[in-house]
Amino acid sequence: MNPGKDTGPAKDAAGGAATNAETGTVLLEMRSITKTFTGVTALAEVNLSVRTGEIHAIVGENGAGKSTLMKVLSGVHPHGTYSGEIIYRGEEVRFGDIRASESAGIVIIHQELALVPGMSITENVFLGNEMRRNGAIDWKGAHHRVLALLKQVGLNEDPDTLVKDIGVGKQQLVEIAKAFAKDVKLLILDEPTAALNEHDSQHLLDLLREFKRQGITSIMISHKLNEIAAVADSITILRDGRTIESLDVEADGVDEDRIVRGMVGRELSSRYPDRTPDIGEVFFEVRDWTVRHPVSAERLVAKHSSFNVRRGEIVGFAGLVGAGRTELAMSLFGRSYGVWESGHAYKDGKEIRLKTVSDAIEHGLAYVSEDRKEIGLNLLDDVKTSIVAAKLSKITQRGVINKFREHEVAGRYRRSLRIKTPTVDVGVGTLSGGNQQKVVLAKWMFTDPDLLILDEPTRGIDVGAKYEIYGIIQRLADQGTGVIVISSELPELIGLCDRIYTVFEGAITGEVPRGEADPELLMKQMTSNKKLATP
Amino acid sequence: MSRYQDLRKNLFGGTQSNARQFGMIFTLVAIVLLFQILTDGLTLSSGNLIGVVSQYSYILILSIGMLMVIVAGHIDLSVGSVAAFTGIVVAKSMSEWNLPWPVAIAFGLLVGAAIGAWQGFWVAYVGVPAFIVTLAGMLLFRGANQYIGNADTVPVPEGFRKIGAGFLPEVGPDSGYNNLTLLLGLLACAAVVVREWRARQVRQQMGADLAPLWVSAIRLAVMLGVIILATLRFAGGRVGTSLPISGIILAVLVIAYSFYTRNTAGGRHIYAVGGNSRAAELSGVKLRRVNFLVMTNMGVLAALAGMIFVARSAASGPQDGLNWELDAIAAVFIGGAAVSGGLGTVSGSIVGGLVMALLNNGLQLEGVGSDRVQMIKGLVLLLAAALDVLNKKQGRFSVIGSIMRPFQRDQAPPADKTSPPSPEDSTAAKAATTG
Repeated sequence: MNPGKDTGPAKDAAGGAATNAETGTVLLEMRSITKTFTGVTALAEVNLSVRTGEIHAIVGENGAGKSTLMKVLSGVHPHGTYSGEIIYRGEEVRFGDIRASESAGIVIIHQELALVPGMSITENVFLGNEMRRNGAIDWKGAHHRVLALLKQVGLNEDPDTLVKDIGVGKQQLVEIAKAFAKDVKLLILDEPTAALNEHDSQHLLDLLREFKRQGITSIMISHKLNEIAAVADSITILRDGRTIESLDVEADGVDEDRIVRGMVGRELSSRYPDRTPDIGEVFFEVRDWTVRHPVSAERLVAKHSSFNVRRGEIVGFAGLVGAGRTELAMSLFGRSYGVWESGHAYKDGKEIRLKTVSDAIEHGLAYVSEDRKEIGLNLLDDVKTSIVAAKLSKITQRGVINKFREHEVAGRYRRSLRIKTPTVDVGVGTLSGGNQQKVVLAKWMFTDPDLLILDEPTRGIDVGAKYEIYGIIQRLADQGTGVIVISSELPELIGLCDRIYTVFEGAITGEVPRGEADPELLMKQMTSNKKLATP
Repeated sequence: MSRYQDLRKNLFGGTQSNARQFGMIFTLVAIVLLFQILTDGLTLSSGNLIGVVSQYSYILILSIGMLMVIVAGHIDLSVGSVAAFTGIVVAKSMSEWNLPWPVAIAFGLLVGAAIGAWQGFWVAYVGVPAFIVTLAGMLLFRGANQYIGNADTVPVPEGFRKIGAGFLPEVGPDSGYNNLTLLLGLLACAAVVVREWRARQVRQQMGADLAPLWVSAIRLAVMLGVIILATLRFAGGRVGTSLPISGIILAVLVIAYSFYTRNTAGGRHIYAVGGNSRAAELSGVKLRRVNFLVMTNMGVLAALAGMIFVARSAASGPQDGLNWELDAIAAVFIGGAAVSGGLGTVSGSIVGGLVMALLNNGLQLEGVGSDRVQMIKGLVLLLAAALDVLNKKQGRFSVIGSIMRPFQRDQAPPADKTSPPSPEDSTAAKAATTG
């Protein structure tokens, strides 16, 4: 167990244990942190100052750099891969890996929990940090210790229970207990309530307040502004990898509106091609669509959702990560996600059955997934086979694929979408993200869809390719295709869409026409379940 | 592009020629030449070649089915037992129910289909991993073979033996060769020429980059040379022998399955499922149906292999088909298929199977004991798989990467692989966007 050469603070005595007496002094200061990923600047001169014993919230849109900043702090991006300095408990620290930051008492709890489902609570709490006695695991000692820890986090469960047998909320608490087992001084929670229901979320927030009384400092990354306004002492707002401002909640009288303004206050420059929409009649309609989570059946990922799409219209779905937009879209697309509970879909006034993906494709639906590498493409395929993959029947005669037609079709899309590839025989895995995305678009355009659902169509794509993809989307709409765009980037939705639905925790909370869409209104609707009266 | 690269890229199957396959054909030729010299010409003698074909045709038939199973991302450990079980059932059906042998063959194929469907049901519709299902099948059908046959051998009638030990009849004028084999060779030559010509035409119409004419000519010359040599060898054996019937069955299957896997929607779906099952599903591929059919097909081919073996050895016994699954799996992997599925070709698997067969044969001719033959075969398999793995990691292991680079398909310059993720790479993008 050698935590690497660039370990945390050497002199523990100087820092001492964080106690209530020290509350108010600066525990952590990150100074002009800059981090780039081969040409893309994720963080630019970011500053963060956290006082001992406070709850500090970091907010910002997706892509603002919150997680990257925390990865810098916890040593995931080790010292040397970023510039700037980190002052922790009065000394500069240079963490080489996670172990180094953990041994200094900084523990990060990620959105995706790092628990082993088949192990007991005790085993999980001490995983990688086992209590040993004479070389063997000290189960007796561990048992005593874990009882104390579980009490501290307010989890009333038998420590021998397997983690897979308890709910997500309780798993979150196990994760926190695990952090406490490492003698945590600075607890970082990344979207801690994203997967929790309201009751569990409330419990977690109460717990954070309790930790504060015990003198433990917390950093919380969250999209749920109501929670932040309720629990945080200070807030740092990031936007496009820069620190926008740091607010003191009480002194500055911060409320949700104030945070929203800080988060989205950028100009919407003309990054979108001009277009005069030509919108027809409603042709696709969904009513009362309800879907359960595939594993935890008590969670609804779509709650009685109803919406419609007109011909030639681009409809946006705004919402935070985890709001259930992808889940809704995939469950519509041949029940590819979750367990269908209720609801009906209508096309041209007639109800359509969408029980399998082939049904959905047959009825003219197309779904471009948010994760093109994992579920959008077969990276072993070449460009031409990828493009025709979703509608082989179009180039098949008596069961035999017409390779001539295949080549021709692929070449046509290559030209019209300007896919940058030497030939269509090249492996699709060798293309850049933007060109892969164009291949996926071509694949679904080839199915001649009436309704094209695009899930985060520009994620991980450079600006130039983005503009081209916007153009393609608009061209399709002009040809009469109904388009649904799911995006976490509000400017993208506002720039592109004729109408935007907002989604919060699986429910559609609002519907905003093009003229009225502004970031503040959308952000408000997608962070609360209060139905706002649309003006 | 240098002439050498031109040649290499186009000699074997145009642009689709895959690095591993090229390497394996090379290895195959090297092995043949090596043993040809070591055995003073015995390896390429008519008698030996005919023997090799009739001795290994059933393994190669199995490897066709196994290739599809492995491409779909599964494995089948039961093929040897299924072959043995079908063999005994067919033998019994002829000896006890007096089924005429053509009916018995049809019956055997049905039994194979039923067994394949049984295993396919568990794999595709229940979701038990194929490894487990077919491990169970391996025990189940081995036991069933011995239960039905009382662990004894059951002889099969003369007519039936044709499919395993039969040859083309001698017809026509006495030319010193088997005339029908000569005819087959002639047809094969014509087919190869027509195919090359049409392929060039199609590529020209597509406007795709056309291999230079001299490359086509060389390729044709090589292929025709191989076919003519093989024809003369197979036709020129002892009177009454020719290309074995089992070899003809194999050839027909290779052509049919190559076509199926490359040119039909069904075939393409197998690759899609193995390459990325979730993406395939979201493209409308019926995952379960594909998995079911692949397993069922394997059952049919295992049954066929079993019957050919029984026909060749004139009787069905309790030890038939022992370790066949391992030979078939080895052939597929040596032939360039990926362990994780989605990659591999029928022709590659056949080449892989031939490498094993000729290695085995050559070592036996040299008088190497079966103990050492097994050791050598094991090492060859390991080496082939290791090359495959290192091939993928190329860039990280520079030494091996540089050794392997000549075998790589023309790709992006290597600098791309060693440099950190590009801005559009998902990991970097994720780190930058999920914040």
